[in-house]
Amino acid sequence: MFRLLSRPLFRIVPDNTRIRFMKGAVAGLIVSAILSSASVILAFYPGLERGIDFKGGIVMEVRTPGPADLPRLRSAVSAANVGDVGVQEFGSRDQLLIRLPVQGDEAGTQQAVNRVRGAIEEASPGTRVLRVEAVGNRVSAELFRGGLIALGLSFLAMLLYIWFRFEWQFAVAGVATLLLDTTKCIGIMVVTGIEFNLTTVAAILTIIGFNANDKVVVFDRMRENLRKYKTMPLRDLVDLSINETLNRTLGTSVTLLLTALPLALFGGDTLSGFAWLMIAGIIVGTSSSTFIAAPIVLFTGAKTLRRDTPAVPQAAAP
Amino acid sequence: MMYFARWKALAVVGVCLFGMLLCVPNVLPRSVLPDWARQINLGLDLRGGSYLLLEVDTSAMVRERLESLVDSVRRGTASANPRILYTGLSANQEQRRITLRVSDAGRAADVARLLREAAIAVPAGAGATQPDIEVTTSPDGTVTAVLTEVALRAKASGAVEQSLEIVRRRIDETGVAEALIARQGQNRILVQLPGVEDPARIKDLLGRTARMTFHLVDETANLQAPTPPAGTMFLPGDRGQERYAVRRRVEVDGANLTDARAGQDGRTGEWVVNFAFDSVGTRRFAEITRQNVGRPFAIVLDDRVITAPVIREPITGGRGQISGSFDVRGANDLSVLLRAGALPAPLTVVEERTVGPELGADAIRAGLLSLAAGTLFVFLYMGLAYGFFGWLANIALVANVIIMMGILSVIGATLTLPGIAGIVLTLGTALDANVLINERIREETKLGRSPINALEAGFSKASGTIMDSNLTNLIAMACLYAFGSGPVKGFAVTVAIGTVVQMYTATVVVRLLASIWYRRRRPQTLPV
Repeated sequence: MFRLLSRPLFRIVPDNTRIRFMKGAVAGLIVSAILSSASVILAFYPGLERGIDFKGGIVMEVRTPGPADLPRLRSAVSAANVGDVGVQEFGSRDQLLIRLPVQGDEAGTQQAVNRVRGAIEEASPGTRVLRVEAVGNRVSAELFRGGLIALGLSFLAMLLYIWFRFEWQFAVAGVATLLLDTTKCIGIMVVTGIEFNLTTVAAILTIIGFNANDKVVVFDRMRENLRKYKTMPLRDLVDLSINETLNRTLGTSVTLLLTALPLALFGGDTLSGFAWLMIAGIIVGTSSSTFIAAPIVLFTGAKTLRRDTPAVPQAAAP
Repeated sequence: MMYFARWKALAVVGVCLFGMLLCVPNVLPRSVLPDWARQINLGLDLRGGSYLLLEVDTSAMVRERLESLVDSVRRGTASANPRILYTGLSANQEQRRITLRVSDAGRAADVARLLREAAIAVPAGAGATQPDIEVTTSPDGTVTAVLTEVALRAKASGAVEQSLEIVRRRIDETGVAEALIARQGQNRILVQLPGVEDPARIKDLLGRTARMTFHLVDETANLQAPTPPAGTMFLPGDRGQERYAVRRRVEVDGANLTDARAGQDGRTGEWVVNFAFDSVGTRRFAEITRQNVGRPFAIVLDDRVITAPVIREPITGGRGQISGSFDVRGANDLSVLLRAGALPAPLTVVEERTVGPELGADAIRAGLLSLAAGTLFVFLYMGLAYGFFGWLANIALVANVIIMMGILSVIGATLTLPGIAGIVLTLGTALDANVLINERIREETKLGRSPINALEAGFSKASGTIMDSNLTNLIAMACLYAFGSGPVKGFAVTVAIGTVVQMYTATVVVRLLASIWYRRRRPQTLPV
């Protein structure tokens, strides 16, 4: 038993693969560009579903004593005169999520919560309010701005960091790929109806951090190989680097997927959107390291990174 | 690289043991712990409770300030010799200014001087002060005074300072344990109330400024008149229907109260609030009541007349009673508000998040389940995919989680549901370093290096990459922490701490374990 466990039992991909990834470089870039453009269009039309953090409004989660009588509750809450109300089942038959729009000013919000409380209590006695979240207009606008700033700043920071550690081709490739990854994540959010809120911003930032890390490892190997094989054509060198790091790239993705999956399955409603988005982002990011980041380096670096161009000697030196 | 001095090895073990020690308080009940022991706090989303974000209502402050400026113009022009005549004196709250047109344009400068005298110095940063209003005159005799942006900010900031203490006192009075009250940003106050399921009463208490003032009633005023006579104001009664003509002049202010208690009136059994004045208040109150026996006296709370009893005899003891058809709760709330003092400006709730204990318990269960499942999955994956070195990485992973918990305890971090998600995800990212190292060792072995050389090369060559890849994670989390809010910050904190700790455990701890193993066994081949 000990002997069996002490040796690796499987490899995700066999060693010494010689896959010609760069043959798919153009196709990869085109597919990615199409998907990302589509995502950007989707993000504006129909648009991202903004959560309460970013849109403002009121969310109440209630638990009815028995299975909820949806139509009855819906009409009771509508009668409370609090604007366009949404009532839906949430998780189970006796749990409901009630959404109210922003109420004019902040004081109105509190009254609306109380009115809805009263209406539900009347329509279905014994109902307990499990959660109330009320976010005013100004706060939601600030949170939204904060979220966007955090996203923008992280791109900038990644650009500077990779630039500092590598050549500019790598930095451009890295950040361009991150942008493509992130837009795809947003597209996935629109399609699957995952809300855009602070938690999903956290997920996107985690994905950015992880994906940047993934790119850095591949770039690192490229740089090492640039020094090691001084005459190898860049195309072959990129392929070699990807093949060499393939097991690591997939290995890390698998460990992260294995931790994100339980969160998606057991994490409850708060975390499931977050976790599914993470899973999508990991898959997108892992493939983009190979099919997007590397080709961009290949194309932007074709003239400068290989030292057969006298203009930039020793471009690969740190 | 693979050789560890004895003291270094002991230091590594020591760090792990110390981390474990720091975790101990979390499994013990708080009552048996000494004061200095720190536990991880559960966030409101896990333990249940209410989070309120209050904002100082600056519009009320602006209105009050403009009114007082209008007042000083009225008084100043009337008492000037000869009297200054003007038209169109008005306050515009939106533009934070008052304007008037002086009939004799030559005297506009006098009015401007009056206004400048009425200005209040506000701090303008770096110890300097500046007047809170800017006064301008134009040739046609128009005088304008604008409340400056700086003044508004300073006022809001000052109001928050004062309010903090009063909010704390009001909440303490309600008996909520472990409430957290903190300033947030320029004009906001954050209130966290663990265990409070329905914050309605607290919101109600915090939503009132509770400024109590005592005024004489103007008995000559015609209540049906559209505007009150000068020096008098019409105020609604507590129940809304009545209307009172009350003199503007504040005879005694609630700030002079020293105590207020709810009680039952001995004769009628009605709920009342008994109060006591400090020495200044006692003197003023005695004076007023002596001079006005037989006349009504209005007790005004937040621009509503609670009661306007007729003074039967001079009250010299500095004690009084407010009876305004209260119920138990009303009397209690009023006494709490009076004891805690008045807020300088109204507070509005701009964000509220309340989670009941049931949902919190569900969240904890969900978090623990995910953590357990995630741990199991990555353990098996690492062990099976990387064999011996995978199991070493798993040992380091346990050390990682323990040290991470220890650090979270020491800094008194608040664990939220996203924070738990961060811990779970850290399990995944933590192994990244070991994946890198193991792949490297394997490659070096394939290149025909001896076991010791392969180990050396594996750890040293991977270390640069590990540093790079973890820094990207840290950068992303720093962005999230800086601009996120609430539970999401907890996520950034756990992921960042986890990342830093794993850089240590994945490299140093695993290297120590590998070196011990190597020296014991002296293997001819590596199990990779």
